[in-house]
Amino acid sequence: MSTHALALGTPWSGVPALVFPALWQTAEMVGIVMCIVVSLGGPLGLLIFNTSPRGLAPRPRLNAAVSWIANLGRSLPFLVLMATVIPFTQLVVGTTIGIQAAIIPMSLAGVAFFARLTENAIREVPPELLDVGTAAGASRWQIIWSIQLTEALPGLVAGFTLNVIAMIEYSAIAGAIGAGGIGYLAVNDGYEQFDAHIMLACIGVLILIVQVIQFTGDRAVRSLLH
Amino acid sequence: MIEISGLTKRYGPHTVLDNIDFTVESGSIAAVVGRSGAGKSTLFRCVNLLERPTSGTVRVDGQELTHLPGRELRVARRKIGTVFQSANLLRRLTAAQNVALPLRFLRLPDDEIQQRVYDLLKRVGMLNRANHYPAQLSGGQRQRIGIARGLATRPSVLLSDEATSGLDPETTRSILRLLTELRDDLGVTMVVITHEMDVVRSVADVVAHLEHGQIVEHGRVGEIVRRSDSQLATALLPSEPAPAPVDGEVVWQLRYSDATVDPNWLSRVSRELDTDIALLSGLIETVGGDQAGRLTVRVSAALSPTAVAGAFAAYGIHAQVASPTEELVAS
Repeated sequence: MSTHALALGTPWSGVPALVFPALWQTAEMVGIVMCIVVSLGGPLGLLIFNTSPRGLAPRPRLNAAVSWIANLGRSLPFLVLMATVIPFTQLVVGTTIGIQAAIIPMSLAGVAFFARLTENAIREVPPELLDVGTAAGASRWQIIWSIQLTEALPGLVAGFTLNVIAMIEYSAIAGAIGAGGIGYLAVNDGYEQFDAHIMLACIGVLILIVQVIQFTGDRAVRSLLH
Repeated sequence: MIEISGLTKRYGPHTVLDNIDFTVESGSIAAVVGRSGAGKSTLFRCVNLLERPTSGTVRVDGQELTHLPGRELRVARRKIGTVFQSANLLRRLTAAQNVALPLRFLRLPDDEIQQRVYDLLKRVGMLNRANHYPAQLSGGQRQRIGIARGLATRPSVLLSDEATSGLDPETTRSILRLLTELRDDLGVTMVVITHEMDVVRSVADVVAHLEHGQIVEHGRVGEIVRRSDSQLATALLPSEPAPAPVDGEVVWQLRYSDATVDPNWLSRVSRELDTDIALLSGLIETVGGDQAGRLTVRVSAALSPTAVAGAFAAYGIHAQVASPTEELVAS
């Protein structure tokens, strides 16, 4: 590949027209996935912690089963996971390419990841604080809500930040199945068609959004710590 | 009033609490003392029902709590307020929000919660810290908030687990004063679990000594300190080892045996025996409302031991010749 070939491509003036819609697609994909991730991964993490010996309702067998399921979602590299679940994706969304198809494997990986992050954040809450709730006559739900989630909030926000960044990364990998978004643009237009401007713009945009998300997340965590 | 009877807790083959019987009358303060590993923490967890005992019962104002099903147990737990070691405040809630927590669990209306939290913070002298977070409070201030939270549900019994351990002596005294005030003003029965004899001396009406999961000694504090063969008495009023005897003199160990002793006893006994009495060491305190004292004195060997013992006995003081070879064990 020659430098001449690399220099070919979309003129800088045409780059925004390609990058911005792609950025929007990424945001859409990650946004939908994160909704699914928080609403399924959060409860799953709570279930894993609270069925463990340190939890509010220790159930060793259930704990082992749920834990195993969460590990399953995290044991395969994302590309392999995506290929593995193609039949399931076809079944759920009726297609194996495009944004819709990408959402399924991304959600599976994301839910498993967020479940572990939630479990870890709640494990950081001192166990004596659960006794405070129990001794004050709180129900399990009240303890989960007012003590576990309240005290673990900074950890949960840090986990959420980490998860969003991981999902942006996965959305780029999902570009391989034509998922659209900034990753797809980088791979399809930038890398495979040797379009250096697109490639550089994508890299720049990805670095920028990850930095912004991490910065915002860190700020949020700091403001939640007292 | 709290009645604990036949309380036993086993973990597998280990019996941690062995048939504990212990009653605390309404409005009195009971201390449970013991070395670490004696079963104090398990007793604490069984009495506030964080754990179910293997057998035995815990009654608060006549209601048996140990066999209540889940929902009723939750309601019943509110009769027992709990003050934890190092307060256990939620870090992300302000002092006021921490105090409000048990009331939120009760789902009381907001205005009632606010009113009660205000009263409680005022009670423990922390109104000016209402909006501080635990990290901004000192250990003693945190414990005051912990006490306010323990009282939030208006319990009839307040159970405290090593509430003053880790606090400096000054702060410990102020916390103990607060507990006594709360008992006097609210009539709350208190069970104070501690390893500090100072705590027992300054606040307790009754004391129980827990060892290997059993109560080996219990009774009114003022009465226990006058016992001669009591480990607790020695721990409460430690006596110095007997000094080496001097030729022609005898060392005597004295112990107050009456609840009130004429404060002029030393000069009076000295006059009656017509001899000098050398005061070597001693401790006189008011414990549980009674006077208690343990002293070591030296008296001339020329006097008859019976006469010396009799002269002290007339003032309510038990005297015995200190054994010169064996040192008295101070705790």
